[in-house]
Amino acid sequence: MKNVFLAFYLAIKEVLRNKGRFLLVSLVIALITLLVLFIAALGEGLANGNRQYVANLDADLIVFLEKSDFQISASRLDTNTIRSVRRVDGVADAGPIYTSSAEIVSLDEPLKVSLLSAEPGRPGMPPLIEGRDFRGGEARETVIDRNVALRSNIKIGDKIIIRSTQGVDDKFFTLEVVGLVDGQSYFFQPTIFVPASTWEKVRPQSEADLASNTAYPNIIAVKLTDPAQIDVVKQRLLDSVSRIEVADIPTTINNIPGYSAQQGTVQTQGFFTLLIGVMVIGGFFQIQILQKVPQIGVLKAIGSSNGVVGWSAVIQIVVVTAFGVAVGGGLTSLFSLFLPPTIPFVFNGVRSVAAVILLLLIGPLGGLVSIIYAVRIEPLKALRLG
Amino acid sequence: MTAALEVKNLVKSFRLDGATIYAVNNVSFQVKSGEFVALVGPSGSGKTTMLSILAALLSPTSGQVFIDGQDLAQMSDKERVNLRREKIGFTFQSNNLIPFLTAQENVEFMLRLNNRANKTGRMRSAELLARLGLSDRLHNLPAQLSGGQQQRVAIARALIHNPAVVLADEPTASLDTERAFQVVETFAKLVHENDRAGIMVTHDLRMCQYVDRVLQMQDGKLVRVYETKDEIMELATGTVKH
Repeated sequence: MKNVFLAFYLAIKEVLRNKGRFLLVSLVIALITLLVLFIAALGEGLANGNRQYVANLDADLIVFLEKSDFQISASRLDTNTIRSVRRVDGVADAGPIYTSSAEIVSLDEPLKVSLLSAEPGRPGMPPLIEGRDFRGGEARETVIDRNVALRSNIKIGDKIIIRSTQGVDDKFFTLEVVGLVDGQSYFFQPTIFVPASTWEKVRPQSEADLASNTAYPNIIAVKLTDPAQIDVVKQRLLDSVSRIEVADIPTTINNIPGYSAQQGTVQTQGFFTLLIGVMVIGGFFQIQILQKVPQIGVLKAIGSSNGVVGWSAVIQIVVVTAFGVAVGGGLTSLFSLFLPPTIPFVFNGVRSVAAVILLLLIGPLGGLVSIIYAVRIEPLKALRLG
Repeated sequence: MTAALEVKNLVKSFRLDGATIYAVNNVSFQVKSGEFVALVGPSGSGKTTMLSILAALLSPTSGQVFIDGQDLAQMSDKERVNLRREKIGFTFQSNNLIPFLTAQENVEFMLRLNNRANKTGRMRSAELLARLGLSDRLHNLPAQLSGGQQQRVAIARALIHNPAVVLADEPTASLDTERAFQVVETFAKLVHENDRAGIMVTHDLRMCQYVDRVLQMQDGKLVRVYETKDEIMELATGTVKH
C-alpha cells in the first residue's frame, strides 16, 4: 500500500508539473474518444433506424413465407395463415404486418416514410403515446411515428397527403392523423400505420397488383404464452402451418437487408479507431519512458522499488486517460446537441459504456510495454554502467 | 570509530570474447563512520564498478561487502532495495534529481521512501538545505537551479535519512572548479559532522584535499592508499611521487 501512495505522489506531481505535455496526450485521447463515441452513436443510430420497429415488437417469433430467407420484403403470406398461426398451442396472440413505403407530400419538404399496417391491439401494432387507434375497414386514418410529427410539425387531427406510385401513375391519398407512436423507425425511415384495407388501397403497387383488393401480410408477429418455450412453439408452427418459416426477433433483425454488413462496417471502424488509439498512446508513453531512463535509474538506485516505479507509470497513464476520456465524452455530448435530426445519432447506454470502458483500457494497454520497460530499467543506469 | 563499510577480497570479473576481464581484483578495505574516503584512478581502473558493488547495485563475483554489519551477499533483491533506501545515501554525476520535484521535495523524497515524511522531516530538510546555502531555493525545480546548486540538493538528499554510508559518483564532474571545491568541502563537512562513512569516486585529484584517505585503483586493483595528510595534499596538489 505504501508503494501505491508513493507512486501516486510521484505520478501526480509529474503530471501537475508538466501540465502542457500531459494535456496534449489527454487531448489526443479526447479526440480518439470523440471519434469512437461518434462511431458508436452513429452505429447505434443506423442500427436503430433499420431495426427499431422490429426490435420493439411485442412478439417472440416472426412468421415468414417459406424460402423467403427471413427477409420481410421477400415474404408475402396467405391471408389464411394468420388464423392457422393463432390456433397453434402456445401462441398467445398473432398479428399480421404489412410493409411498404410512401412519401408524404403535404409538407414543405416531401418526407419518405415506411407505410405499415398492423391490427390495433395485436402484436405488430406499437402502443400509442397520444391520440387513438385508427378505425378498421378502409378508414383514411393514420397513426404516425413521433419522429414524423417532430420533423414536420404534424399534430393529431391534421391531414396529410401521401403519394404512391400505382401502375405507371402517381396517386395521392389524404389521411387524417389520429394517434402517435414512439421510436418506430423501419428501414431508415419513420413509420406511418394505416388499416390493412387502406394500406392495400394506398400502397405503391404494380399494374398487376391493382387488380386485387386483398391485402397480403408480409409477416406475422407471434406472441407466446410462455416465451421460454420458444423453440418448442417454433417447431409446432413449422409442423402445423404450411408454407412458412419462423425466426426469432434477433434473426429477423440480422436478416434485414444490409443490417449485418452495415453493423460489421461500423464495428470494424470502431475497432480500428481503438487499435490506432492504443498504438498512439503506447508510442507516446514509450517515448516518455525512454526519455526518463536515467531518472528511473536514480529512483531505483536510491531505494524505490519496482512497485513504486511500475505503479507510478500505471497511475499516470490511468489519470491521463481518464481525463482524456472524460473530456472526449463531454465533447461528444456537446457536439451531439448541434447535429441535425436527419443524422442517425443515438447514445445507447450499453454500447456507450462498453466504448468508454474500452477507451479507458487503451491507455493502460498502450502503455503496457512502457510500464514493463520501466520496471525492467536497471538502477545501474544512474551510475552510467547499465 | 566503527567500520560502517567493509570490503573483503572483492572480485568482479566479466567474460569478454572468451577472455576473463577483472574489473575489480581482490580488493579489501574498510571505511569507518565519520571518515571521508576518495576512490581515485584512471578510466577503466574499476572505480565505478566498485561503487556499484558497494551500492548493492551489482553483485560481486566473489568476496564480501558489509554495510553496517550486513553482508550484501546474503541479501535477497528486496533486501538490497531496502538497504539502499535505509542505509545508503547517493549522489550521482548527472541526472541527480527528480526533475518534477522541487529542491525540498527531492530531499524529502528520501524521507517518504523511508516512511518518515512528517513535519519534523520537513523542517530538517529545510534546515539542511539552508545549511547548504539554498534557503531561497527550496521551492525551485531542478531546472531552475545551477549545476552546483543541484549537487548540493543531492548532497542534502543523500544525508537527510541518516544513512550509514554515503556514496558519491563523480559529484564534481559537471561543475566548474570553484563550485567543485565548494561542493566537496561541504560534503566532507557534513559527512564528518553527521558521523557517516563517505566514499567519493573522482578522477579529479584536487578534490582529495578534503578527504581523510585516498584509495588509488589501477586495472581493478587497489594499488596504493594515501593516509597521511601530507601524502594526500601532495596527491591533491600534483606533487606526489609515484
